[in-house]
Amino acid sequence: MAGTFSLRIVSPEGDVLKEDVEFVVLPGGLGELGILPNHAPLIAGMDIGVIRYTVNGSVRRAAVTGGFVEVIENSTIVLADTAVLSEEIDLARAVEAKERAIKRLAARTNEIDVRRAEYALRRATARIEATEGKK
Amino acid sequence: MAGAQDIRRRIRSVRNMQQITKAMKMVSAAKLRKAQLKLNAARPYASQLQGVLERLAQVQMDEVHPLLQERSVQKVVYVLITSDRGLCGGYNANLIRKTSGLIAETKQEVKLVTVGRKGRDFYRRGKIEFLAEYTGLGDNPSYNQAKEIAQEVVRLYVKGEADEVYIMYTEFVTAMTQRPAQIKLLPIEKPEGKQSKQYIFEPSPEEILSNLLPKYVETQIFRTILEGKASEQGARMTAMSSATDNAKDMIGRLSLAMNRARQAAITTEISEIVSGAAALE
Repeated sequence: MAGTFSLRIVSPEGDVLKEDVEFVVLPGGLGELGILPNHAPLIAGMDIGVIRYTVNGSVRRAAVTGGFVEVIENSTIVLADTAVLSEEIDLARAVEAKERAIKRLAARTNEIDVRRAEYALRRATARIEATEGKK
Repeated sequence: MAGAQDIRRRIRSVRNMQQITKAMKMVSAAKLRKAQLKLNAARPYASQLQGVLERLAQVQMDEVHPLLQERSVQKVVYVLITSDRGLCGGYNANLIRKTSGLIAETKQEVKLVTVGRKGRDFYRRGKIEFLAEYTGLGDNPSYNQAKEIAQEVVRLYVKGEADEVYIMYTEFVTAMTQRPAQIKLLPIEKPEGKQSKQYIFEPSPEEILSNLLPKYVETQIFRTILEGKASEQGARMTAMSSATDNAKDMIGRLSLAMNRARQAAITTEISEIVSGAAALE
């Protein structure tokens, strides 16, 4: 094993996660980013999506909605606008939010509403995806 | 002289008020604890963001981002963070006094963005123009509310409605002390930092910076709102605690007066009976 490095997820509402992990996959702004131990220093933008991280060989997930990630000296810090761990996601609510967003997109009222609905849809989709890997 | 009955009535009304202030004190103590937790929870994100900004600032960029660009100052905007509700001692008054002092010193054109009902109500009668006002944030302000305010402030700045933006808020020192404070929000001062490691940027540093700076403004507003909330509850707790103590003193004094009045009435009655009996002899 290549060893571990520390992963920390913070959002404006508080600390979400602090754990030693073996591998992380992040929804980077230009596509998925995989981070292994001893990664070179990196600052990257992050999209809405799912973070997958491996602890003791088992993969866990968290849903995030944009932000930044900084990798330095074997520690990865995720600055997320919002972040929820998969075990804390309310699946029923996410599914409901997704349906609501789809309905709103179908209605197509004005520009701002569409953008907000799209955002809500992507967020809900990310949350649903994050729970699916769990089982 | 007030009769014993009147004094008894006053004691009852003071005691009722004391119960109210005591309840408010306990409620604000509970809310203070919550506000403090939120304030602490917001800290790691804010300091990490500051860190990323410092490291980004080391990178040479071709053009200066609008939010970092200093302009000749003609219009100054103060974002005033006050509470919606009163009964919190000098909390709002102290901040408004400081703000008014600053406005008087400012030679440039001053405009206001108010957060909270008290600040808005105070300046509504004045001559200063409002660019925006926000009320009803509640006891538990969310990041999204701060974001909304931040987006408006950034929009005003970019549009040229403001050349400098300051936040006026109350710094939470301890539950007993809160200090009116001022920070410069825009233009963002380029933080000092040591030349650090070579970073890989993805996408370009310019793009990351233009995503990060508005977020920095958001977190600054969010933090100051949270500081303000914690200070408000602290100030209210202190104010209500001293009101409760004052009510207790007053009840003490009134009880003494009441007993004295009752004793005087009894003495008068006895001396009347005695002198009546003496007259019969």
